[in-house]
Amino acid sequence: MTAATAPARGPGTAAHAARRAFRALALPAVLIGVWWAVSSASGSYLVPPPDVIAAAFAELWFSERFFADALPSIARLLGGYALALALGIGAGLALGSAPRLRALTEPVLEFLRAVPPPVLVPLLILLAGVGNGMKVLVIVSGCVWPILLNTIEGVRAVDPVLADTCRAFGVRGTRRLRTLVLRSASPQIMAGARQALSIAIILMVISEMFASSSGLGFTVVQFQRSFAVPEMWAGIVLLGLIGVVLSLLFRRVERRVLAWHTGLRAATRGE
Amino acid sequence: MPEPALPPDTSQGSGPMPEPMLDVVGLHKTYPGDGRPVEAVRDLTFRLEHGEFVCVVGPSGCGKTTLLKCLAGLMAPTSGRVELAGRPVTGPPADLAVVFQEYGRSLFPWLTVRANVELPLIEKGTGKARRRELVEESLAAVGLSGSADAHPWQLSGGMQQRVAIARAVAYEPAVLLMDEPFAAVDAQTRGDLEDLVRDIWRRLDVTVLFVTHDIDEAVYLGQRVLVLSAAPTVLQEEVRVDLPEERDQLDTRKDPRFAELRAWAYAEIQRAKADVHRSGAGPRE
Repeated sequence: MTAATAPARGPGTAAHAARRAFRALALPAVLIGVWWAVSSASGSYLVPPPDVIAAAFAELWFSERFFADALPSIARLLGGYALALALGIGAGLALGSAPRLRALTEPVLEFLRAVPPPVLVPLLILLAGVGNGMKVLVIVSGCVWPILLNTIEGVRAVDPVLADTCRAFGVRGTRRLRTLVLRSASPQIMAGARQALSIAIILMVISEMFASSSGLGFTVVQFQRSFAVPEMWAGIVLLGLIGVVLSLLFRRVERRVLAWHTGLRAATRGE
Repeated sequence: MPEPALPPDTSQGSGPMPEPMLDVVGLHKTYPGDGRPVEAVRDLTFRLEHGEFVCVVGPSGCGKTTLLKCLAGLMAPTSGRVELAGRPVTGPPADLAVVFQEYGRSLFPWLTVRANVELPLIEKGTGKARRRELVEESLAAVGLSGSADAHPWQLSGGMQQRVAIARAVAYEPAVLLMDEPFAAVDAQTRGDLEDLVRDIWRRLDVTVLFVTHDIDEAVYLGQRVLVLSAAPTVLQEEVRVDLPEERDQLDTRKDPRFAELRAWAYAEIQRAKADVHRSGAGPRE
């Protein structure tokens, strides 16, 4: 009755941890090896071997360049993402609990969602200039939709029995919002937030490829134009690493927030 | 066929009647529907005295849940009125608690058992120390002290329904409404839970209205059983259960009087169904 749930896969022993590390790193190691073999065999200037890229990476990012280009990019990414979360969840709660308002806004929302955010960049440059504001806006304009639409779905799907329970016991207002609506919509909200995170990374790069003089997207393009190929690769690798770290962080948060959901699903399946 | 043991309330003699705990007068509910209104409850009038334990039975689909929702203030009746301790019920009253049938859906899966029981008390503004006391006491009363930190989905169905009962008890209601609370638990657990509810009712100063589709359960638990007709619902019959106060799953159920009452209620429900078939029933006019 109790074992069916999460702790089954506890912290584990050292051997267990080693095995997990091996499983996680084996394929990347193989791929790097293949890369190495291919690139040194071909001797192509455009595909430098991993050690050259690694050297360029160290030189490039273990310097003040990291603070000048990478950190501001990451800050804009997180800022835009946070803004999109606040906006998407806030508006989603409002629209999800007001059926009329939702029916009214749904076609417009679907249209706005269908507009590919990169085409907004020229427009946003006109409206907001080429500074940080524009870049954050680009990220928000792409991220907000999956969060918003998923939140609306989640709020609509609140269990009527649970809603009646709240009413019967006089649970209302912000406490109702926090303990009932937000929590029961949290699986959908998290699904939307996960989609939004990968969109945010893409848009961070794209927003920096236009009319920009700093940032990761700008750096990669600049190196490409000046044929600094290993440095260009080093930029791509850093972007990949940022993506991996963010998704690991996201998974940690998700595991915490949705522990009940995972357990509930496991318990339902077990019966 | 045994006669109903007692006529309804009217026989309770003269003199000033004490104010009823729950007073239902001419309750009527029609659901608008899409151009085809459905009359769920036609006309219900009954009352519960302070501290009574009354069971409501009826054929399936007889508007029991509609009735309960109107009593709990979760739904406004089309006409008629409900009064709780003399005050009209317009929304969920503060001194009324509900135990729903679907225990799996009435507990918050993201909260622990303790937090589930405590939540309504926080909203009520109960102080922290008193809250803890109430939670401990009510969990102890349903035999779940050891599971306070578990989540509902880690418990069996019967235990989950105990949590829901503990939550209702901790709320310290004057009236406890129970909507087929044991319909979804297995038979043995059910017997235990029935005794638990009787026990809680006798220990606490609470009025219980217990809705069920199970005739045995109604007769075993109640001091009075109301038999509803099929929808559109009216009060078909009513009987006082003159079994000893001390009830026991074995002895009470062996009691010839239990069998009589049970048979009587069964016949009434059969009659309720037959009436519907004869009149063609249906939510017309």
